[in-house]
Amino acid sequence: MKEGQKKNIDHLDGDKSYLRIEELFLNNASESSYVSLQTLDELMARDNQREEDGFERKIKLGKIIKPSKNGSDEIIIVPSTIETKFYHDNAPNSEEEEFGGTGTEEEGTVIGEKSNKTENEDGSGKGPGDGGEEGHDLNSDAYNLGKVLTEYFNLPKLKKKGMKKSISQYNYELTDTNRGFGQLIDKKQTIKRIIKTNILLDNIPDKTKPDLSSLIHSPQDTIYKILSREVSYETEAIVFFVRDYSGSMQGYPSEAVLTQHLFLYSWLMYHYDKRVKTRFILHDTQAIEVEDFNTYYRSNVAGGTKIFPAFELVNTIIENEQLHLSKNIYVFYGSDGDDWKDNKNNLVGEIKRLSKYANRIGIFVARNSGNDNPTSLESTIEESNILSELNETLKITQINSRDFTENQIIESIKLFLTV
Amino acid sequence: MKLVNQHTKNIMEGCKERAQEAGLQFDQESLEYIVTNSDLIELQPKVMIPTMYDFWVNDIEIIQGKEKYKVFPHNPYETVINSRPAISFYNDNNPDWLNVMIFYHVLAHIDFFQNNLLFSNTWNEDFVGKALADKRQVAFLRTKHGRWVDYVIEFSRSIDNLVGFFPALNEKTAPAIGADMAGYYFNIFCQEKLKLNAHIVFKQIEEHNKLISNNPQVGNVLFFNNIIKKHPEFELEFKKHIEHNKSNKLDTIEFIRDNSPFLNKEENKWMKTIVNIVRESSVYFSPQIRTKIINEGWASFWHDKLFRMDDRINGNEIQYAKINASVTSINRAGLNPYAIGLRLIQEVEELGNRGMLSHEFERITNINDRANFNTNQSKGLDAIFHLRKHFSDFTLINAFVNQDFVSKHNLMVIGKRQNEEKNITEYYVKSKKAGDYKNMLLDSLYHPPYIYVDEIKTNDKCLYLIHEFEGKQLLKSHIKSTMMGIAFLWGGNVELITQEIRLNKSDGTKWNKKVIYTYKNKKLTKEEL
Repeated sequence: MKEGQKKNIDHLDGDKSYLRIEELFLNNASESSYVSLQTLDELMARDNQREEDGFERKIKLGKIIKPSKNGSDEIIIVPSTIETKFYHDNAPNSEEEEFGGTGTEEEGTVIGEKSNKTENEDGSGKGPGDGGEEGHDLNSDAYNLGKVLTEYFNLPKLKKKGMKKSISQYNYELTDTNRGFGQLIDKKQTIKRIIKTNILLDNIPDKTKPDLSSLIHSPQDTIYKILSREVSYETEAIVFFVRDYSGSMQGYPSEAVLTQHLFLYSWLMYHYDKRVKTRFILHDTQAIEVEDFNTYYRSNVAGGTKIFPAFELVNTIIENEQLHLSKNIYVFYGSDGDDWKDNKNNLVGEIKRLSKYANRIGIFVARNSGNDNPTSLESTIEESNILSELNETLKITQINSRDFTENQIIESIKLFLTV
Repeated sequence: MKLVNQHTKNIMEGCKERAQEAGLQFDQESLEYIVTNSDLIELQPKVMIPTMYDFWVNDIEIIQGKEKYKVFPHNPYETVINSRPAISFYNDNNPDWLNVMIFYHVLAHIDFFQNNLLFSNTWNEDFVGKALADKRQVAFLRTKHGRWVDYVIEFSRSIDNLVGFFPALNEKTAPAIGADMAGYYFNIFCQEKLKLNAHIVFKQIEEHNKLISNNPQVGNVLFFNNIIKKHPEFELEFKKHIEHNKSNKLDTIEFIRDNSPFLNKEENKWMKTIVNIVRESSVYFSPQIRTKIINEGWASFWHDKLFRMDDRINGNEIQYAKINASVTSINRAGLNPYAIGLRLIQEVEELGNRGMLSHEFERITNINDRANFNTNQSKGLDAIFHLRKHFSDFTLINAFVNQDFVSKHNLMVIGKRQNEEKNITEYYVKSKKAGDYKNMLLDSLYHPPYIYVDEIKTNDKCLYLIHEFEGKQLLKSHIKSTMMGIAFLWGGNVELITQEIRLNKSDGTKWNKKVIYTYKNKKLTKEEL
């Protein structure tokens, strides 16, 4: 408890029943008396507790967009909450906003305009654009986002493969021994040592049945266990983010897919304590690997769609670099579900090949049509029966990208992470 | 946080003298603190009251505020709170001349807090001290009841905008007729129940007054003993009347506090304390939210007037002009309360100076006579001091935003629309009419829905709420969780009768539909009536 807060409580039943205002402020000049701030962890734990108490969660993820002149705006994720009350709805049916201003123009004159395209690129989240060279420091923010998301997800079964020596983390265990002093007496080793010394001193006449009461015990014979720094091993993960960037993805589907991928990436990064590597793959009719999330986020082409080359490329990368031997592999794929029909067998083949390496393959279909008919990608997977065949590894989920919510994205990730 | 140094305090005291000479009225004592950026971020969620009770939503806002500050570093020049003594907060890095300007601004705010009648219920208490007591109480309850304290705070806050601020104010400025026995007998019982002629009532009043002057101690009792003998039902009627009026005065949150079967259970009575703390905090802030534009206008008017008269700041006029313009210029797009408030106060000053706030002027119909009207009475200052005492944002805008004002300052309503062809958002001049501009301003003011308890239908199992529809429907996304909170506090179901605006998309016609929301077994349902 903070000093200031404690003091306030002490006064509750104390003899000094009031505090002058000046006193209150000045006494706490170095440490604010007016806050007993809870950490994000405590706040999230409180939110978790709400569900157990029968109330809805209240903490949501808010974004602050840090504009930048070169177009690579930074998105900062912060917790946010709304205190609900009965309010008037000023414009329930009107889509047009209005506000005050000043000027000499006549009624009807357009006094300013803003490109909708620019609005999409400025990070407000309407999908990828086509520019921006500068990288974008996703890591530190994504780590915080992951911390928040941890409250929502539980990890599916993980393979303990690719244990790698950590260079930064150590465990301290009582594995070393020391004569004369230490933390914990090792009784077995101590008695052995005493007997050895007594044999040397010829103090044990009957060697088969030593008389313990007559043994000479030198302090140097006491063996202790002491702390020892042990190298710790860590698991590592590699995540392939794969998405369709063909013409049909523009707008809502890309926004849905990228939101999901950002959440997944953030959460994995938190879970693996930043020991997660990422690879980004884009495809239209051909697949390419791109360097960073920024390019992955902003790239956009107009073209047809073939999905299988993307999975083929992932498999090639894994096999060439032998990644499956040393790392947990996750593959997350997002698309609007459009695919050329004649590639069915190739796609199913590549997914099966990938399933041998990957811990989890998550396929996310952000339907663009606004109706509930299955897309060609969904039909392919349905017909091939691989979903039940690979039910340990492969998960597929779909949403309608035109009116998706953050909760739906979180639900879709939960499905990807079910054991 | 620390008090300003003696040098700065001296500047403030100098400002006080000059402001009082100019006619502002405020208590002599005030406290000025220097705060850091971090202090400000931490104080803002607590509405700048350092002693406000802790609540987790504030912590979220602080985390957010710190991140926002990294991206958009921005601080107010000052913040002043309506406390006794008045407390104001400043950044550390102001030069003396800027402090002079800021101090005048602050003093005008303090003058407004201490003289505007909307604040009259805050004049006899120091909220900072009260909030400290409340904070300790909440902290103490937390040690006993843990997180349930925060649930009760949350649910109470979800209805803290339904407090009866105006009824409480009205009660003070205009006490109800019939609150005492004599008032009820002569004003209501004689006239409405007995339907006596006026001259008989006057005769009885005379008799009553005579009895009291002859027997100051027991006159009243003697008079009413006679009345009760004559009209045995009087006593009961009077009790009924008092009872009825009393319950009418309860706002929704008070009604729940006093009548909730859940809160009345012995083990839950501690919750009432919290409900009350939340309610009283809300009532305290009510006048402030309703006087944002007029208060900022008042402060901007006076800082400008007093700064320019101040002999201590010679040589800094240009720097001052720059800052003053950035604070008080009308935005090309967007609403600046400082600017609109200042222009309205200047407008009223001018109207007063020219004698245009008079019946004489109102009676003139000739447009030229009206334009040239000037009595040279110089009553402008009196007029704005009248505003400061009696007006709120609503009354100021409603009374003085007219076509002359809108045209004089080239004010307009800007609309935002999509141009699908060019794939752009366009901002265009939607209207330059005073009516539209006024409506836009009024729409931006704080005006919570009027929702009250239907006491006849309400029972232990269900609380019935009625929303007085004022042309605006309730924000649907908030209804469920707000009603969930009320259901918790009532310990039963909640029903809410309201209206919704329906739109026929084909021809654009709108109509209202009465609906009833029911929160029962943790589920919200809606039915059309």
